Amino acid sequence: MAMNTNTEATGLLGWVDERFPIVDTWKAHMSEYYAPKNFNAWYYFGVLAMLVLVIQIVSGIFLTMHYKPDAALAYASVEYIMRDVPGGWFIRYMHSTGASAFFIVVYFHMFRGLMYGSYKGKRELVWLIGMALYLALMAEAFMGYLLPWGNMSYWGAQVIINLFNTIPFVGGEISEWIRGDFVISDPTLNRLFAFHVAAVPLILVALVFVHIVALHRVGSNNPDGIEIKALKNEKGVPLDGVPFHPYYTVHDIPAIVVFLMVFFAIIFFAPEMGGYFIEHANFEPANPLKTPEHIAPVWYFTPFYTVLRAVTLSPFAGTAAMFGAIILLFLLPWLDRNPIKSWRYRNTAHMLNLAIFAVVFIILGYLGVKAVTPEYKEMGIRMTEIYFLFFAVIFAHSNAAKPGRYLVWFILLAAIIFGIDFIRANPDAAVDYAQIKLQWVWPIGYLALTLLLPFVLRGCNAEKAVPERVTS
Amino acid sequence: MSNSIRKWVFVLLVPVLILVVLSSVPSPGHGVALQSANIDMSDKVSLQRGAQKYINYCIGCHSLEFSRYNRVAKDIGLNEANGLSEDQVATLLKENFIFTYDEDGKQDKVGALMKSAYAPKAAAEAFGTSIPDLSVVARARGADWIYSYLKGFYLDDSRPMGVNNTIFKDVGMPHVLWELQGWQVKEEAHGHAAPATLKVLKPGKLSAHEYDQVVRDLTNFLAYVGEPAQLSRTMYGIFTLLFLVLFFVVALALEKEYWKDIH
Repeated sequence: MAMNTNTEATGLLGWVDERFPIVDTWKAHMSEYYAPKNFNAWYYFGVLAMLVLVIQIVSGIFLTMHYKPDAALAYASVEYIMRDVPGGWFIRYMHSTGASAFFIVVYFHMFRGLMYGSYKGKRELVWLIGMALYLALMAEAFMGYLLPWGNMSYWGAQVIINLFNTIPFVGGEISEWIRGDFVISDPTLNRLFAFHVAAVPLILVALVFVHIVALHRVGSNNPDGIEIKALKNEKGVPLDGVPFHPYYTVHDIPAIVVFLMVFFAIIFFAPEMGGYFIEHANFEPANPLKTPEHIAPVWYFTPFYTVLRAVTLSPFAGTAAMFGAIILLFLLPWLDRNPIKSWRYRNTAHMLNLAIFAVVFIILGYLGVKAVTPEYKEMGIRMTEIYFLFFAVIFAHSNAAKPGRYLVWFILLAAIIFGIDFIRANPDAAVDYAQIKLQWVWPIGYLALTLLLPFVLRGCNAEKAVPERVTS
Repeated sequence: MSNSIRKWVFVLLVPVLILVVLSSVPSPGHGVALQSANIDMSDKVSLQRGAQKYINYCIGCHSLEFSRYNRVAKDIGLNEANGLSEDQVATLLKENFIFTYDEDGKQDKVGALMKSAYAPKAAAEAFGTSIPDLSVVARARGADWIYSYLKGFYLDDSRPMGVNNTIFKDVGMPHVLWELQGWQVKEEAHGHAAPATLKVLKPGKLSAHEYDQVVRDLTNFLAYVGEPAQLSRTMYGIFTLLFLVLFFVVALALEKEYWKDIH
């Protein structure tokens, strides 16, 4: 037998390693990939997102074996899966719960990135690829939601595809081209099925792969926002790093088990989650002649749905605002220019900014599932304003050494808010007018907390020295 | 502020702010108040009475087209565990449950889907709207809704069927259970806040209490039909969680063992 030249491994592993860099790959990404030793619970959500992706792919394959992508058969085939396919209900609940679980873990994963500045330090591409993943995930979820062909599937798709109608001049043609018909119908269902089970999953898996490759090129960030590669021992191993395998593989297993407890508790005890994971209106078959009482997308889209409903200047402006709300997230690495990564060492105003952003995102989501009242309508507008202000404020916080600029920003942004109020205030529409006069306090209060407070109180603008080594 | 204090301020701030902002405006009302159906799916006798009533009063118009006769029989306790042989169940179903015929004009088999004998087009013509299948109505509307709806019919001359409904205004359906409940009239309440009440004008065969039980049985049956898997899934859930708890203990011990030297 000829001597192996590329490898020190022997036997089967040696045979493979001669022909494929399996040992090097394993070392580079697992056994000799050094991750910071101070990961906290926020760092579980990446591996959980991978787990959910696998759950979705596997359960999706089994669903595809029984599902019929045909407008005349789709709805019945789902009930057939629920009743006549052995274990079919379990597979379907895995998939429906998995969809919501995916967004829950991804939202935590993204907020982790905000808290610890994980898009900084040459990690812009990791963030951009991650955002592309988020977009692909939203497309995947939207298309999957049409497939059961329930009435909310139908009308939800109607609303979303009609957004393309608002594009000036060519909108009508574009939405017709997407649907393949003048209304949502069989060809729409067929093509969305094709995208849902083949095209988008391929993109998702490819993006996950490059997301991790890009991350491993730069190295993981951590709750202290310290670059562990800055301090290495004589062997070139980061002092604050531990090999991903076995340390983080065994570290992740208990977290995965806890996640699965919640996941299976939902599947077995509350698969509809009170109508939030599986909407009640979707237990009626698609009916083009019967609009549901109020059309609400599934909860994970509702923050952006509220943004869409809040901007009433023109239909296209609403659509642009909704997509703009997502696109701005892409730009975060270039908006937040503060060299300190972790909020632990940033000023109190930044901490408030992040907390309020989380609050606003959740309230926007809540408003999106509710029917519109004058109070909720105005609140949706105010929360939308704060959502967009967040990006200006995080930019303003880039340089804490010059607090005088906070005042300038405050005056500028408050003037914009009051300017918008001035334009939309109409004393003849008494109810709306009264709400405008009440709820202006939300965006202005937000600006006061994040910009005036650090300007007035030096303590709230104090940044701390980032330690050399990771803490705890 | 130290980091640990900041962390807790942050953790508490988010829910507190959400509540403060949302409670600053009145939340919208919830529409008509529903009565609690108070069903018990482990009560097989109630499910059997519900199935009997459904076959006698409902399936003439409302199919359960995703449900099969023999599966229903098995799930509601007409099975070997209760001393009925397969043949006896088949006879029971053929004599009491199955009133539809297949393409060859033969009585439908026990494994057939529970269709309605009423042709959909003729039904739609007669009632001005298509008659819904009720396989998953309990999941679309909820058990309390069905219970309240079946108790909500009252006389209304302006409607083609002579009745209206407090829960489903201007519904096309007649009051099919009238011979059991009797006829109700609606008494408008004085003052704006109080809701209108229903009063039995002409009693039917059953007392109000007996009628409630009939409606509860029907609701129970429809809630079961909505999702047959719910009879067994909670049991799977308990064992899955027990396994995961044990697994968690082992996984945590493994993690501690590996991490004991990392400081």
